[in-house]
Amino acid sequence: MQEKSIEFDVLTEIGNIGAGNATTALSQLINARIDMLVPKVDLLTFNELAEIVGGAETLVAGILLSLEGDVDGMMLFVLESSAAHLLVDQLMGISSSYSKEGKGFNDIEESALKEIGNIIAGAYLSSISSLTNMLITSSVPYLSVDMAGAILSVPAIEFGKMGDKALLIESQFKDLDVDISGYFILIPTIESYERMLRSLGL
Amino acid sequence: MRMANMIKVGMADLNICHSPDAITTLGLGSCVGVALYDKTTHIAGLVHVMLPDSTKVRQNQNKAKFADTGIDLLIEMLEKEGVRKQSLTAKIAGGAQMFAFSSNNDMLRVGERNVEAVKQKLKDLGIRILAEDTGLNYGRTVEFYPETGDFVIKSVGKPVKTI
Repeated sequence: MQEKSIEFDVLTEIGNIGAGNATTALSQLINARIDMLVPKVDLLTFNELAEIVGGAETLVAGILLSLEGDVDGMMLFVLESSAAHLLVDQLMGISSSYSKEGKGFNDIEESALKEIGNIIAGAYLSSISSLTNMLITSSVPYLSVDMAGAILSVPAIEFGKMGDKALLIESQFKDLDVDISGYFILIPTIESYERMLRSLGL
Repeated sequence: MRMANMIKVGMADLNICHSPDAITTLGLGSCVGVALYDKTTHIAGLVHVMLPDSTKVRQNQNKAKFADTGIDLLIEMLEKEGVRKQSLTAKIAGGAQMFAFSSNNDMLRVGERNVEAVKQKLKDLGIRILAEDTGLNYGRTVEFYPETGDFVIKSVGKPVKTI
């Protein structure tokens, strides 16, 4: 139990630093102040995983990057669809309309979202890289707008190979006016996860 | 007559239901929903399969998680209710590739492999697949109605489909 809590502290710290960097990058990108809430590290069952974003059928945008180098795996950034619309509109300088809630994204909005994902994930990963002294490179971002359960099945399956729970580094941030909840899920392969902890002296 | 319930099956989970109840699993992505049905007794079962093969994974205690052990366990449960294996038919849905990766990263082809594994398992057991809605790139919520044998599939921005 003691060891587990040290592991958790380290992972929380990774989440904290990664999300801090990502939030700064996002602030600069959309030119607005964004505050970050203290990230949480949770070991969740698969069904709890979908509940964090409001249930398996909640419409979300997921931006996925595959990781290579010293850490193999995936990184998933999940935003509720309404929050994703807000960010995209802010990035493109369009005044936001809530009428878009629950709607899909057009091609331009999709590439804007991928770019947001790319920048945020890049900032997140570079801080993990320097913290662990490991080289992490990522693929181009891939986007899917769909039910949370369907999108989260991708990391859940990966964790499913190791056990019945998923490790979630959850980071939430908020705009000054509106809450924007975003979730980072880092999905190292089991070997990479062990390498990461080793490089941190655990 | 009592009110019909909708029985929920989670990820890597399974259950059975008697008519007039129905059984559902929400937001299938790369996972596969396998509905087994006996039309004589109007009893059905649903398993939410996450991975193709229990023998490839060390942590394989949760039988519902895998195509091979999950389908076996579901049949066991149905047989306890008096269903004969020979009278079972199947309808399956899911196995999408949620992200349009071009790379051959094995992590991402799991939907396809899940569908293949489910089909192989059902074939080995001699259970006929009456209908399927698998693959492509979107999530599915499925509901099975043992009263009619209907498998209803709901996806974002698409009309509801009954197979």
